[in-house]
Amino acid sequence: MALSTHRTTTALLRHLTPAISYLRHISTDSTSTITVETSVPFTGHKIEPPSRSVDTTAQELMSFFRDMALMRRMEIAADSLYKAKLIRGFCHLYDGQEAVAVGMEAAITRKDCIITAYRDHCIFLGRGGTLLESFSELMGRKDGCSKGKGGSMHFYKKEGGFYGGHGIVGAQIPLGCGLAFAQKYKNDENVTFTLYGDGAANQGQLFEALNMAALWDLPAILVCENNHYGMGTAEWRAAKSPAYYKRGDYVPGLKVDGMDALAVKQACRFAKEHALKNGPIILEMDTYRYHGHSMSDPGSTYRTRDEISGVRQERDPIERVRKLLLAYDIANEKELKDIEKEARKQVDEAIAKAKESPLPEPSELFTNVYVKGYGVESFGADRKEIRAALP
Amino acid sequence: MFGIISHKLAASTAGGSPGQPILRAAVLAMMSNYSTATKQIMVREALNSALDEEMAADPTVFLMGEEVGEYEGAYKVSKGLLRKYGPQRVVDTPITEAGFTGIGVGASCHGLRPIVEFMTFNFAMQAIDHIINSAAKTNYMSAGNINVPIVFRGPNGAAAGVGAQHSQCYAAWYSSCPGLKVLAPYSSEDARGLLKTAIRDPDPVVFLENELLYGESFPVSDEVLDSSFCLPIGKAKIEKEGKDVTITAFSRMVGYALKAAEILEKEDLEAEVINLRSIRPLDRSLINNSVRKTNRLVTVEEGFPQHGVGAEICASVVEENFNFLDAPVERISGADVPMPYAANLERLALPQVEDVVRAARRACYRSVPTA
Repeated sequence: MALSTHRTTTALLRHLTPAISYLRHISTDSTSTITVETSVPFTGHKIEPPSRSVDTTAQELMSFFRDMALMRRMEIAADSLYKAKLIRGFCHLYDGQEAVAVGMEAAITRKDCIITAYRDHCIFLGRGGTLLESFSELMGRKDGCSKGKGGSMHFYKKEGGFYGGHGIVGAQIPLGCGLAFAQKYKNDENVTFTLYGDGAANQGQLFEALNMAALWDLPAILVCENNHYGMGTAEWRAAKSPAYYKRGDYVPGLKVDGMDALAVKQACRFAKEHALKNGPIILEMDTYRYHGHSMSDPGSTYRTRDEISGVRQERDPIERVRKLLLAYDIANEKELKDIEKEARKQVDEAIAKAKESPLPEPSELFTNVYVKGYGVESFGADRKEIRAALP
Repeated sequence: MFGIISHKLAASTAGGSPGQPILRAAVLAMMSNYSTATKQIMVREALNSALDEEMAADPTVFLMGEEVGEYEGAYKVSKGLLRKYGPQRVVDTPITEAGFTGIGVGASCHGLRPIVEFMTFNFAMQAIDHIINSAAKTNYMSAGNINVPIVFRGPNGAAAGVGAQHSQCYAAWYSSCPGLKVLAPYSSEDARGLLKTAIRDPDPVVFLENELLYGESFPVSDEVLDSSFCLPIGKAKIEKEGKDVTITAFSRMVGYALKAAEILEKEDLEAEVINLRSIRPLDRSLINNSVRKTNRLVTVEEGFPQHGVGAEICASVVEENFNFLDAPVERISGADVPMPYAANLERLALPQVEDVVRAARRACYRSVPTA
């Protein structure tokens, strides 16, 4: 099931008494503007930051809630599947960071490009990926988005403007600037968001690519998802300057509360405008991952449990939107709980379906090595037993 | 006593000279006798103890890499070392391979003996310029003025389900470069002996471990546990003697070759299993002597087939002992495709024991090749 991109337009009576609230539909005046202040103001580096007043609608807030609830459920379900050994190898979970994915989507189109590293499941969903494609891929089945051949770190969706899904820390940054290069070359008025973590922020290739992006005015937006830990190493132990939004030096930057979907949306909209006119900009999203770096990292040897539960209590992105929805009387507790139940149901159904998806055919070992293989020979482990002509 | 003999052996054969064949054979024969073993240790422990002992013996030895200190090692190989030696000697680096590898090479030019750990050798590709151009070639370019006593170590090859970017075997790439020494341990004895030798060696050594072997236990004798225990570079080990077919392998594939040999035994085929231990320099004389005895050769490796380790071994045997070959040389390797994630495809992409058995049967003319 794809995320909600369809906007329902039922207009309803705003003032209903509690006695007949059960008749109330989810959206009230769903498209009229609500203005919300972000949790904290933006901090700019060599740029005037945008206002902390963000325009949104009831519909948008509901879609944030729905989409983040789905992402959260998906990641938690992936944890269980990994422990049940249905997912193998590496599995890097995004729960806690959902606001970045949904806020960004709200500010851009599918013609803009997103590229990220290996913590990619939720970004994939945001770009139009389905739960079935996601779970099938995680379990290495043929209905996976990469036909089971990529795995957790290698989700892609070119049609949705999603370019992966990369395992080597930092590599996605020059790649993202390359997407922006192509966009500028084609003059298509679109931008690229290149996501990377605080661990990758020290990579040399970032600065090489950023220099060229700035020299050539590429519409590249570098987004540092600063969850404050590069695997087991806290940011202050890895970076002399953990003010990642300033690290672009001559490239302007913005520091954003990455747990606030509206702040993310505002920053991304601002960045897109900037990048189309003035070239690269850096966004630092202050965010947090509840899980460890990957499923083989407990995540508690280098952080205290108090810190983790503290963030969950004070800054959880879904809770933030829930409070807004309740405060603006857009939905009540029960309706929101129902949405979460629905998310759980969708995830469970997708997993059940994914489990039925078969493993890829053995012949898939030899497909997609090239686009055009010219019939060249390729070999299995025993070259005299298994050989194939590459299609 | 054995410890001292093997250390002297390491010193005398460091330059690749023939040394004393009789003494070497005697020591090797004694060292290959597992039945005197009294203890079992995991490869991870073996590596940890080697690092510990070498750091204790030589204050210029230090370890640097991602998560080696406070995290105690991504695979716990450096467990306890930060506590023991402090942050100047166990250095946690940012995730910046090109930078810290260059820093390591620079430090090794100026009196230190760094051990640079790569979380996997896939990430070392970010640093390969420094491994090749800064480390391997410097002694030559400076005519011996500057040497680079550095060790690059970490897991190499496939793990389980980690996909295309995390599963490549780099043995062939590094072994093609003169100036580097490339070692690949299999057992705990290999891990201890080869790592200690690597750390003491004055040249850059690429030390290819294997993630799936870290948790495997092997018997070790008291000699192996002695702090002076070293294994010579450039010498392979005959893990199992045989007369019908030679099977060469390194790292995890040695275990597969040994299992294949057990199966072949039941078919009255005695395989001689050679654990290469050293990919560069390759122990060509031991391999060739074995083929002169058995007349048949199967090479086994995890990596991609084209220009692989097996290809070089095949060329060596064909060049030196063509007339001793009674059958074409068989190569078992990883499949010629990027590593797929799906479990069934991954299995097809890597050598299995039955592949080695099948190739050995073909080499012994027990079956006709299908192709």
